[in-house]
Amino acid sequence: MRHMLILGGGTAGTIMANKLARALDERDWRITVVDGKEEHYYQPGFLFVPFDIYRMRDLVRPRRQYLPGRVRFILSSIDHIDAGKKKVVLANGEALRYDCLIIGTGADIHPEQTEGLLDEGWGRSKFDFYTPLGAERLARFLKTWQGGRLVLSIAEMPIKCPVAPLEFLFLADAYFTERGMRDKVDIHLVTPLSGAFTKPTSSRVLGEFLERKGISVTPDFGLARVDNDEKKLVAWDDSEVKYDLLVSIPTNMGDPAIARSGIGNELNFVPTNRQTLSAEGLEDVFVIGDATNLPASKAGSVAHFESEILFEKIMEHIEGRAPRAQFDGHANCFIESGYGKGMLIDFNYETEPLPGAFPLPGVGPFKLLGESAINHYGKLMFRWVYWNLLLRGVELPIANEMLMAGKQVV
Amino acid sequence: MQTAILGGKTLALDADGNLADRKEWNEEVAREIAATEGIAELTPQHWAVINFMRSVFEKEGDSPSIRRLTKESGVDTKTLYQLFPKGPAKKAARIAGLPKPKGCI
Repeated sequence: MRHMLILGGGTAGTIMANKLARALDERDWRITVVDGKEEHYYQPGFLFVPFDIYRMRDLVRPRRQYLPGRVRFILSSIDHIDAGKKKVVLANGEALRYDCLIIGTGADIHPEQTEGLLDEGWGRSKFDFYTPLGAERLARFLKTWQGGRLVLSIAEMPIKCPVAPLEFLFLADAYFTERGMRDKVDIHLVTPLSGAFTKPTSSRVLGEFLERKGISVTPDFGLARVDNDEKKLVAWDDSEVKYDLLVSIPTNMGDPAIARSGIGNELNFVPTNRQTLSAEGLEDVFVIGDATNLPASKAGSVAHFESEILFEKIMEHIEGRAPRAQFDGHANCFIESGYGKGMLIDFNYETEPLPGAFPLPGVGPFKLLGESAINHYGKLMFRWVYWNLLLRGVELPIANEMLMAGKQVV
Repeated sequence: MQTAILGGKTLALDADGNLADRKEWNEEVAREIAATEGIAELTPQHWAVINFMRSVFEKEGDSPSIRRLTKESGVDTKTLYQLFPKGPAKKAARIAGLPKPKGCI
């Protein structure tokens, strides 16, 4: 009996467990998922919690409910992976041997990596919205806030869902406008990037959006520390930005178990082959989702596109077939822009987000890199798609490889 | 496609304004790119960072992040920002004739 071991029961791990449970013969393979937490959160929903659009309790389900019956679920954190001996040691010392290992341990925020960020005021004038607790505390705070300078600060790249900070700003603009206090709030973005986003065309389009909404930007800001006495961000070059309310996207890092295993980079992300998704230099080990070091967005859509390829790779590997499938870095993200509208971007390793129509070229119904109400409904509908289709690993009506048809080259 | 006259030759640039073909790079080209970035002189410390970036790129196909530069190049973050103001990883990659680091998507 061979053993397929999946570390992490989030988006990536759950999809893989479902796909493999259907494909692998029960007489030959056992499948195990290990995760340190019982709850599965719909993370794209966190963004809406501070603005009272979603409540956190509507975004959480039991992990086990989304795993097939034949899959064994172990509730435990991981001590380390011993790839040489092909085993994983759990927190209680128990060792699990594997024949094939999938690392889907994700990424988390690490505010302790920035001097002064976690000290005095964390949860009172400084918040995150990447954790259930952070998003809920911010929602409570915003209800009675009288206004002032709201600064959204990105500590370091890469971050999960690189468009989330922009969506937060767009939603904040709409939220304060609807409450009749937009004139009392100065909304400001502080980023280590040279503009609003990473790639040239979308950075320009999204930058114009920010400008139109009266949101100012300090680019190229390498955050060194937070000065809590004077409530200001200080950069490595000593430039400063004052805040009344700080919404922080702290440094994102991979699981500490990756560091303990000695298989990660400086941020505990696992060096991963960008086409095959195998862990560089490790035998029978694959990596998926936010845990990789790939130059693709850390987002559920990427984990989904990766799962299609990884499933093929693992079946090729097990059946000894010649390798064919290759990952192209495909990502597809809805961007909530406020007032019931949204945008959509579609891109991969080589092609930046471009304007156009999606998924049917020239028809849509979704509009790429432009604003429309249907994009917003697409985003809201996606929560249902996530729980009912995506996690189950069933085919979605979206091509796995990014297509140029329907995109305008600018 | 954008071009720039560097080291006496017209060289193609990519969409980010970095050298399109890193084989066209040499120390003179590096000094001229640095000048356009407002760095008048490349000191031994600049070269240590540039050479570290090129060796990582050669091996791994991508330039290192600021965090990795700090950890492995022997130059601390504060100094990196003094050497290459406003984004050491981006700026050092450009001067080293490499594409913009992919880590920042």
